[in-house]
Amino acid sequence: MDRPSYPDGYSLRKRRAQALAFAIFRILSLAIVIVLFAILGFIVVKGAGVISWDFLTEAPADGMTSGGIFPAIVGTLLLMLGSALVAFPIGIMSGIYMNEYASRGWVVKFIRLMTNNLSGVPSIVFGLFGMALFVKYLGFGDSILAGSLTLGLLSLPLVIRTTEEALKDIPDGIREGSLALGATKLQTIWKVVLPMGMPRIITGLILSLGRVSGETAPILFTCAAYFFPQLPASVFDQCMALPYHLYVISTSGTDIEAQQPIAYGTALVLIVIVLVINLLAGFLRKYFEKRLKMH
Amino acid sequence: MKRFLEKAVKWILTGSGFVTSAVILLIIGFLFTEGAGLFGEPVVEEGYVLALNDDNPVRTMTAAEIKAVFDEDITNWKELGGPDLQIMTFRLEDADEYFSEEELGSRYEHAGAAIASLVKSHPGMVAFVPESLIPENPGLNFIEDKNISPGEVLGGKEWFPTATPAPLFGILPLLAGTLWVSLFAILFALPFGISIAVYMSEVASERVRGFLKPVIELLNGIPSVVYGFFGLIVIVPMLQQVFGLPVGESGLAGSIVLAIMALPTIVTVAEDAMRNCPRTLREASLALGATKWQTIYKVVIPSSMSGIASGVVLGIGRAVGETMAVLMVTGNAAVIPASILEPLRTIPATIAAELGEAPAGGAHYQSLFLLGVILFFITFFINLCVEFISSRNRAKNR
Repeated sequence: MDRPSYPDGYSLRKRRAQALAFAIFRILSLAIVIVLFAILGFIVVKGAGVISWDFLTEAPADGMTSGGIFPAIVGTLLLMLGSALVAFPIGIMSGIYMNEYASRGWVVKFIRLMTNNLSGVPSIVFGLFGMALFVKYLGFGDSILAGSLTLGLLSLPLVIRTTEEALKDIPDGIREGSLALGATKLQTIWKVVLPMGMPRIITGLILSLGRVSGETAPILFTCAAYFFPQLPASVFDQCMALPYHLYVISTSGTDIEAQQPIAYGTALVLIVIVLVINLLAGFLRKYFEKRLKMH
Repeated sequence: MKRFLEKAVKWILTGSGFVTSAVILLIIGFLFTEGAGLFGEPVVEEGYVLALNDDNPVRTMTAAEIKAVFDEDITNWKELGGPDLQIMTFRLEDADEYFSEEELGSRYEHAGAAIASLVKSHPGMVAFVPESLIPENPGLNFIEDKNISPGEVLGGKEWFPTATPAPLFGILPLLAGTLWVSLFAILFALPFGISIAVYMSEVASERVRGFLKPVIELLNGIPSVVYGFFGLIVIVPMLQQVFGLPVGESGLAGSIVLAIMALPTIVTVAEDAMRNCPRTLREASLALGATKWQTIYKVVIPSSMSGIASGVVLGIGRAVGETMAVLMVTGNAAVIPASILEPLRTIPATIAAELGEAPAGGAHYQSLFLLGVILFFITFFINLCVEFISSRNRAKNR
């Protein structure tokens, strides 16, 4: 009876239900946006005043109640580099194997299951494992080497998955075209498949670096030093790292008043690294997509 | 030459394909060998014995009983199946109270004999002394030296890894803490996660979605220590005020932080599933006169249920394994929590907090590896669940 009075033909009750449901969705989504901006805003506002050239380029001083965080920044960058050296070659090769060589069937299924399982292993378990294998069994001690290897294994599943997915989207016709021209399988992969998949692989690699930069638990017992003001001289040295520095300074500080600003500053630097990495990945993705379209 | 290169590369690639499997095996191997070592450790601290008077018939005590005796929670041998006799405890530190310096000898060389005669003269005494001090044929009885049993660990309700004479490695409080925090985290995250996923995939315009997507990715990218720091500085004091708690560090603070951290996983996976719901299904529903909302909850959500379930299970996995944020905000009290407002302690946080202080190779150290094994299997099981759900889904869609 009241149906004709509504242009889109739904009853008032139904329209109300829909409006209510959508309003709830909007509010909850908005709430999460607010949470993100609250976290970011809080750290940016409190941390911005701490950041200065000296803060970024000096070592901690006076029992870590003053001074900067330079060794921690260097340590984190070294660990990112080290883990990249471990994870990128193995991960990309593994991804190529999965998509190009492995026969479809139980082998791929098994490897994928293992890779998924590895990506679900908690980071603290990686820390235990790294300590048992690299620090104790192989005798590397607490070192950048042990930390890099542990972090590298941690980011391996992510690298494998992005590589595999990037290669999967390349149509088989392109491979067949190359093979038909007389190229070998290896030449096809090297000259055709990899260059085409590279944009997405690189995006994935950068995101995996972002994950590594913030991990604390795996380096707790394999690498991180509470206080190591000089820069590491070799891969067998310990190093400071931003996330670990933030952890110790905010939980086991000796002088909370003096150390809190340093904690805010450290958190801000960490967030900026993550932000830059995310923006860079997003930007590269867009850039490569545009270039691919032009071709 | 060329063919050789082809072959060589193929083998290298094949080898790298199995690296993840090898790592899994190595993780299991290393964690197991260390963790299983715990069951080869004696209940009473290595190198020590519990000496009893000759007339005391008690021969066996569990680790929990030993701790209760030395904490003076058990004060009579009757409770342990012995005679009606007051229990007196003796530790090496107490030696000065009973003996003069001459009696003990300047380098404790007479201490063994002195303690042996002391225990002989006190029928209710139990002495915790180094095995090396006890003279030969002392005429004493000893509590039987047993190894730590799996039952005591897996069913134990107390976690006191540094207690002497007998450390307690009952994992139930830690397990309860982990499950408790994760459960609440998922309860908080679920309504938000599903709503945002529905909103992003069904309701929002392309522009709003293009804004929300990076927000979710960024939430996923923020390091867990930063969440922990934020929780410590903002959420913990807030909870303390709102609920009038003595300490703000509580299970609730942990669950809130974990809920924010598990959210991106739930949203991403659930949204993916909903977007993959075939267009024809939606159109059929709309053509039958259903509203958009009816289509969503009667067609889209049921058809993408398995994807949503995978997202939730993955979110639980993330919450269970999270270490740093939880370590920083839950207060780390190793007791079975009576309410979510109390401090509690999770398995990962225990490993992170205690491994640094546990002497390598000792029972405490091994017990932490055992926790790692348990954690590994919890997440392994969770992953298998996800795998099962999504493979069933693939079979259904075929």
